[in-house]
Amino acid sequence: MMNEVYQYVFAVLVWPGYLGAGALGFLYLWIARKLTARLQGRKGPPFYQPFFDFVKLLGKDTVVPSGVNPSLFYALPFISLLATGFGLVIVPVPGHIVGSFPGDIVLLLYLLEVPVICDVMAGYVTQSIYGQVSAMREAVMSLGYNLPMLAAVIAMAQNAGSFRLGDLQSAPFGLVTGLAAIAFLVAIPARLKSNPFSIPNAEQEIVGGAHIEYNSAPLGIFELSHALEVVLLFGVFFVLFVPSLGNSVANASLYLAVSLVLMVLATLTAAMTARLTVKRAFRFYWVWGGLAAAAAMVVAVIG
Amino acid sequence: MNLFAKLLAVSRRKSPWFFIVNSGGCNGCDIEVAPCITPRYDGEQIGVLRQGSPKHADILLVTGPVTKRSHRALLDIYAQMPSPKAVVAIGSCPASTNVFLGSPTVDGPIDKFIPVDVWVSGCPPRPQLILAGIAQAAQLLADGMTADQKRKATP
Repeated sequence: MMNEVYQYVFAVLVWPGYLGAGALGFLYLWIARKLTARLQGRKGPPFYQPFFDFVKLLGKDTVVPSGVNPSLFYALPFISLLATGFGLVIVPVPGHIVGSFPGDIVLLLYLLEVPVICDVMAGYVTQSIYGQVSAMREAVMSLGYNLPMLAAVIAMAQNAGSFRLGDLQSAPFGLVTGLAAIAFLVAIPARLKSNPFSIPNAEQEIVGGAHIEYNSAPLGIFELSHALEVVLLFGVFFVLFVPSLGNSVANASLYLAVSLVLMVLATLTAAMTARLTVKRAFRFYWVWGGLAAAAAMVVAVIG
Repeated sequence: MNLFAKLLAVSRRKSPWFFIVNSGGCNGCDIEVAPCITPRYDGEQIGVLRQGSPKHADILLVTGPVTKRSHRALLDIYAQMPSPKAVVAIGSCPASTNVFLGSPTVDGPIDKFIPVDVWVSGCPPRPQLILAGIAQAAQLLADGMTADQKRKATP
């Protein structure tokens, strides 16, 4: 019993929890910044940049805007951080020691939504007009990209006949995996809020989005939460769509390689495209994302 | 705790985010600030990022001689920045009001209103010099030697 408790504490704090995923997430964010800089003919930041940005933000005084409830202002980033942290613990990535349980995929889908809801609330709560525009856009976008994303996950669950992540990982590889992977991939840029779906945090239009009134430590916590979200999302992709290898070292390398490829793909897409309007992005997700999702669902149900 | 203070000092030196405000200048200095974040000078190498909100920034870049119309806005923006913060005055205008000296519409120079940590000279200054000014302000933030930090330290 005690042993199990220690396992959970280790999982939350070290791997796949805050420490390991935080380092990995900051590395991914650095790769995105560095690659964008190289593509623009710049030299780009050194690899420790996101970490120093985060520490610097922790060490500043916090300004709470007048008329904003301070407890809500401080709570939102921490709720977002907690949700992503617990999400990381349930995803069976390599090196994961906590066993998966029936229905954990439903819990995971809920936890994935929490950071988005926190962002939307942060935008509304801070009473900035830019924050409110951003919150509205983010809410609409989440309706858009969740169609292919949820459908992909549900198709995989239907295929494996189980709502346990461990079963989905060992499910046979087939046509439904490919179709669902496409639907999931399509949703990733919107989830990361990178171009062409950087609609909620459009920096040239609405000054950077829902976090505009956030500063210092709460802003840093939001940044950390975003880094963890990237790791969580790539972890979910790995578990659902990549066949796991027998050897644990090979499996861990495969996990890192898949995450790296996803980050490079997302960054290349971001560097090559311009921002879409909300309406077009929404239509894209409900037409093309919807088609991929519907195809995956049909194949999963019939086959 | 001492270790965190050391790490924090390094972080402040490595991660200067700036916000630029034009207090009624001719826009020449603002044009010279833009190349600091473009491929030729690329300030991101030393962690310089331009922020759209003063609440995210550590360093306030001020151009222009501080006109009657802009001085309240300047004070507001300075007050909105969370401590510790540094101020870098870009060009001759904030320092001396330059060619606008004696104009009835000008309230400057800037040090009547907010404490300045680094003065960058020139009309306009070159981008290298502006980046050097930002780097120097970041060093001051790390050492705890900006006017804002000194004011906080003395009871």
